[in-house]
Amino acid sequence: MSALFEFLLRQGDNALVLGHRVSEWCGHAPVLEEDIALANTALDLIGQTQMWLGLAGEVEGKGRSADDLAFLRDVWDFRNLLLVERPNGDFGHTMMRQFLFDAFNLVHLTELANSTDDRIAAIAEKAGKEAAYHLERSRNTVVALGDGTEESHARMQAALDALWPYVGEIFENDSVSDELAADGIAPEPASLRAAWDARVQEALAEATLRHPEGDFAHRGGKTGVMHTEHLGHLLTQMQWLQRAYPGATW
Amino acid sequence: MYAQMVKSTGKGVKTPEEMTPEERAFQARIDAGEKIEPKDWMPEGYRQTLIRQIGQHAHSEVVGQLPEGNWITRAPTLERKAILLAKVQDEAGHGLYLYCAAETLGVSRDELIDLLHEGRMKYSSIFNYPTLNWADIGAIGWLVDGAAIMNQVALQRTSYGPYARAMIRICKEESFHQRQGYDIMMKMAFGTPEQKEMAQDALNRFWYPALMMFGPSDRDSVHSAQSMAWGIKTMTNDEGRQRFVDQTVPQAEYLGLTIPDPDLKWNEERGHYDFTDPDWSEFFAVINGNGPCNADRMAARRKAWQDGAWVREGLLEHARKKAARRQAAE
Ligand SMILES: [Fe+2]
Ligand SMILES: [Fe+2]
Ligand SMILES: [Fe+2]
Repeated sequence: MSALFEFLLRQGDNALVLGHRVSEWCGHAPVLEEDIALANTALDLIGQTQMWLGLAGEVEGKGRSADDLAFLRDVWDFRNLLLVERPNGDFGHTMMRQFLFDAFNLVHLTELANSTDDRIAAIAEKAGKEAAYHLERSRNTVVALGDGTEESHARMQAALDALWPYVGEIFENDSVSDELAADGIAPEPASLRAAWDARVQEALAEATLRHPEGDFAHRGGKTGVMHTEHLGHLLTQMQWLQRAYPGATW
Repeated sequence: MYAQMVKSTGKGVKTPEEMTPEERAFQARIDAGEKIEPKDWMPEGYRQTLIRQIGQHAHSEVVGQLPEGNWITRAPTLERKAILLAKVQDEAGHGLYLYCAAETLGVSRDELIDLLHEGRMKYSSIFNYPTLNWADIGAIGWLVDGAAIMNQVALQRTSYGPYARAMIRICKEESFHQRQGYDIMMKMAFGTPEQKEMAQDALNRFWYPALMMFGPSDRDSVHSAQSMAWGIKTMTNDEGRQRFVDQTVPQAEYLGLTIPDPDLKWNEERGHYDFTDPDWSEFFAVINGNGPCNADRMAARRKAWQDGAWVREGLLEHARKKAARRQAAE
């Protein structure tokens, strides 16, 4: 697998898996405005998936489409962060996960807009606008619920604490990122941490949430070495029609 | 329709002689095709009928997310998933416009939602049927949105201004809903034998429930006359149903699918299709809570509302704190 292909899978799979998770909320949100906003977020993420996985298929050069990559790979071929495959939990958990990811996504896409690869720069440009909007919304929700009632505060703190061990993986460099950074295609994830920290710390302070201590990190998502058990179930549902009726056009 | 069997006054339509001068002036405005606006005088029966109708319509949009949401996580391609998400997002938006229209009549969204959850308000019978295969998503867009459009186009001329304007916004989005549904049906009907089977199965299950959306026959529709006189309804149930059948039969023929009605045939004399009425006892069972999915739909909506209580309270409390801080700073 080329480093570029693998990088594009990481981008596409993050958007795909998170978009899928968010779409699970459809019709079940706490208030109608949130149903609309969650559907909108999921829709943007699926759009980003089409762009990233579309380019991944092109770069791979084996004639695989974005749909082929989304619906016909198994768990070990997925390269998304563990963070995004975590189950939704309650609404606060979903929004905290979204916030942690959006903050990364925006910081990352901003850098990618200067990629030496024009195709990547173009996708980042478009996705960056959406990510900025998502971040504004998820940040404001985290702040409001953190600084809301006693119960909402406690739930947001619990969500943050539960998700924190999935933050470290986001910023780990590896041979894939080293190679892309050397070519000016994509930044090293570790180089984004300071900008991410600044955004997160600012929001957590306003949300009156305690910044978790410790930097223990689960890893294995973006390398595909060890996903959580949850991803297989997500794919079972997502891929079912394509697997059960191979070769059909939908 | 999205609003079925909406109760009106339950009494007959008043003759001009029975009306008070105010009522007579009001009726004259309706008859002249004028729009009634929130601040205008209106008979209490008119207000109550509208609250029931618009509220039921809004609830239908919201509950209607569930049967389609049932397939969002199983949509077979990224494009289909995106289209379905966009559609369901629209439907939630329609719910929002309609609750806003109802609020102009002096009833809050939360009050209406409570009435729904207590089983004291209804939503369209159609959303109590299950979506069992992917073609059902096509059938919903094609038939359910198709029937809804027919009704909502007519409602653009309804006498209450905010309702009519909500319908105009909604109708702009609905044609995309029907198109994407028919597009799925084409893919399925012209696809593999299994896909064609799914398409036929979906049509078999959704045909009569779609006909039921227009409400019982005009003969049995006690409240229709008043709603028609007030210009709240602009098309009778049977008119809508006939128009729907006439429009849909050629579309089914093009797909090569069979409408599950052996007595369906073109009537040269009438210039319309003759067709079999749905089983009205099934309709009344569904309306009264005994459809295949009533219990599941309501349980899902109640659970969403209850699970979300802490979120709504949290957001409100934050808004309060912010306002207090702003005041303290001044
Ligand atoms: Fe709608
Ligand atoms: Fe609808
Ligand atoms: Fe619709």
